[in-house]
Amino acid sequence: MLIWIALLGLFLFSVSAYTAGRRQVLKSAGGRSRLLHSLPGYHGAYLALWAAAPAVILLLLVSLLGAQVEELILRGQPPPAVVALPASTQDVFYNDVVATVTGGQVSQTVYDGALGQAFTDKLTQAKSIHLYLTTAVLVAALLLAVAGAVMAWPRLRADFAARPRVERWIGALFFGCSVVAVLTTVGIVASLVWESWRFFQVVPIFEFLFGLTWDPQIAIRADQVASSGAFGAVPLFMGTFLIMLIAMTVAAPVGLFAAIYLSEYAGPTVRAVVKPLLEILAGIPTVVYGFFAALTVGPLFRGFFNNIGAQLMGGPFDSLGLYLLQVQNQMALVAGAVMGIMLIPFVSSLSDDIINAVPQSLRDGSLAMGATRSETITRVVMPAALPGVMGALLLAVSRAIGETMIVTMAAGLQARATFNPLDTVTTVTVQIVTLLTGDQEFDSPKTLSAFGLGLTLFVMTLLLNIVALRIVQRYREQYD
Amino acid sequence: MTAQRDDALAAGSGTSARPVAPGKVSAQQVSVFYGDKQALFDVDLDMPDRMVTALIGPSGCGKSTFLRCINRMNDTIPGARVVGQINLDGENINDRSVDPVLLRARVGMVFQKPNPFPKSIFENVAYGPRIHGFADNKTELADIVESSLKRAGLWKEVADRLQAPGTSLSGGQQQRLVIARAIAVSPEVILMDEPCSALDPIATAKIEELIDDLRSQYCIVIVTHSMAQAARVSQRTAFFHMGAVVEAGATDEIFTNPRDSRTQDYITGRFG
Repeated sequence: MLIWIALLGLFLFSVSAYTAGRRQVLKSAGGRSRLLHSLPGYHGAYLALWAAAPAVILLLLVSLLGAQVEELILRGQPPPAVVALPASTQDVFYNDVVATVTGGQVSQTVYDGALGQAFTDKLTQAKSIHLYLTTAVLVAALLLAVAGAVMAWPRLRADFAARPRVERWIGALFFGCSVVAVLTTVGIVASLVWESWRFFQVVPIFEFLFGLTWDPQIAIRADQVASSGAFGAVPLFMGTFLIMLIAMTVAAPVGLFAAIYLSEYAGPTVRAVVKPLLEILAGIPTVVYGFFAALTVGPLFRGFFNNIGAQLMGGPFDSLGLYLLQVQNQMALVAGAVMGIMLIPFVSSLSDDIINAVPQSLRDGSLAMGATRSETITRVVMPAALPGVMGALLLAVSRAIGETMIVTMAAGLQARATFNPLDTVTTVTVQIVTLLTGDQEFDSPKTLSAFGLGLTLFVMTLLLNIVALRIVQRYREQYD
Repeated sequence: MTAQRDDALAAGSGTSARPVAPGKVSAQQVSVFYGDKQALFDVDLDMPDRMVTALIGPSGCGKSTFLRCINRMNDTIPGARVVGQINLDGENINDRSVDPVLLRARVGMVFQKPNPFPKSIFENVAYGPRIHGFADNKTELADIVESSLKRAGLWKEVADRLQAPGTSLSGGQQQRLVIARAIAVSPEVILMDEPCSALDPIATAKIEELIDDLRSQYCIVIVTHSMAQAARVSQRTAFFHMGAVVEAGATDEIFTNPRDSRTQDYITGRFG
């Protein structure tokens, strides 16, 4: 609460610094802004930045690190009753103290006797530490703001180059944002690698990458028999690959041909209607595709195959008929086909851009040679666009690999090493979801295996994206 | 010249009600509209065989639009509409029965910016013969490619690297490559839309020399911004202004003794 008041105050202070700075520099130039090196607004902005930025940085640091500092101080002089506890119970104790102060979740431990006394003592200490620190920070922020403004104030003269300095601040802001983005990514990758490392200490990496059985057991009690499972990821990657293949079989030709139609054949009116429609298709949430797959396409396909099965029964293909008769709603084909439909707008809008980037002069050249429109497309436009289209398809592949929702709902959950599209399969991403949803302990191989899967998937899609972007880039250079 | 005129008369006498003008290509009352805007106004022009006809005039005067009528490239522009009659050997190419795809095999075109396809030099030249089925086998195709490149004056420079991409050539070489590509389908007419405007003076000189060589076999129509180029390469000149032909005639006449004051102003550099 206090911090929001502080931020509001800071904001008002810097706004007034802005107006004051403007007025001051205009006054110093006798009201003639032509005499100024920089426009009055830059002087105002310069003053406002010096007033706000250091204080904001301080507040940011405190909100990031404040809690840790408070706990560090709190643990400074531990009462003997606490020292006697084992390390993990000590952690629980301090957690409970902090949680009581900040209103977080408290464990159900009952502290009595000397420990109860220590708890109340630490509680009061924690409260006062929090109060002192917060007050100190707010005062420091206020002082910083005033100090910044006071320091910058005398510089505001007519010949002061405020413009490039403000420019530098803006550059720093953008740099800061990009650093945040990069650091977050690095952090995610680091945590992936770290947790995977822990996983690979339990399950050998070789077994993980080449094992043919995926069966992470759910151990309800620690002493349960078979509490460790089999962690061979091959069935998962086969499932992923199978569904991706089916999806691309649908998405690549349909998306590509739609793009060719849109860019080469469609008139402006058709284009104006069809393109937005395709983009709407791209905006449908995957979960909607998921239940479309599970509730509409699944039963449809099942009925189709069951009918064929019924026809074949009793004939020379009796066993095939029996198999088809037993096909279920959930199968790789349903998930793959619906995922393919989901990818169509993705493929077509990327390919459309790429085909449109092929210079008109090439089309003119080919048409002027007496080539028909389709000859021009197959012999000149597509070869020129092919690298870019390949890149677009590879991007679609990496999306297909990463897609979760449709597969969860329409492909079943059984990890099977199969290439039969009528089987239920499961994919890497679906397994990650099932491994991590619900109440799980976070140090069993079962949960850790999710990180192993995540890392492998990450490496795969990263490589795919690198290849795709390389191809697209090379293509771009050709016609710039 | 008279022989051709007779040919044209003979070819056209049965098909057209209007008297056929003496030219390989002959335009009568040609107007072009882009949507509601009229770009060409009732153009009449004869372009004789085995001669270079230069179309000159200030930017936006309609000379390129007119050129694109001759191989019906305006068909590819949405909203463009051509009215009037353009006769090629006495046959109206704007007639419904004429397939623009077949017409364009007879009327080749070279564009302002060299536009080799993203294929090898060989494949660039072989493109037309392949789609029109002009070669029965590989040797014939190779012969066509070689003779076309020779006629375009490019053979010596590329004979040892026919498989290199066409885009790897210099601008002037690329322009000669697309000329070779155009003549590989043995057209009767070659249209050139400012073929030298993207080239340096040396490359320009080579192209002009080439145009002069090709004149003995084709009817060539060239759009140019350079009066000097028109004077150097053409035998006949038409001056376009605001979508209409102001004056047309023998190049010597136009440049030494223009009848219209606007032509005079333009060629002496007073406007344009």
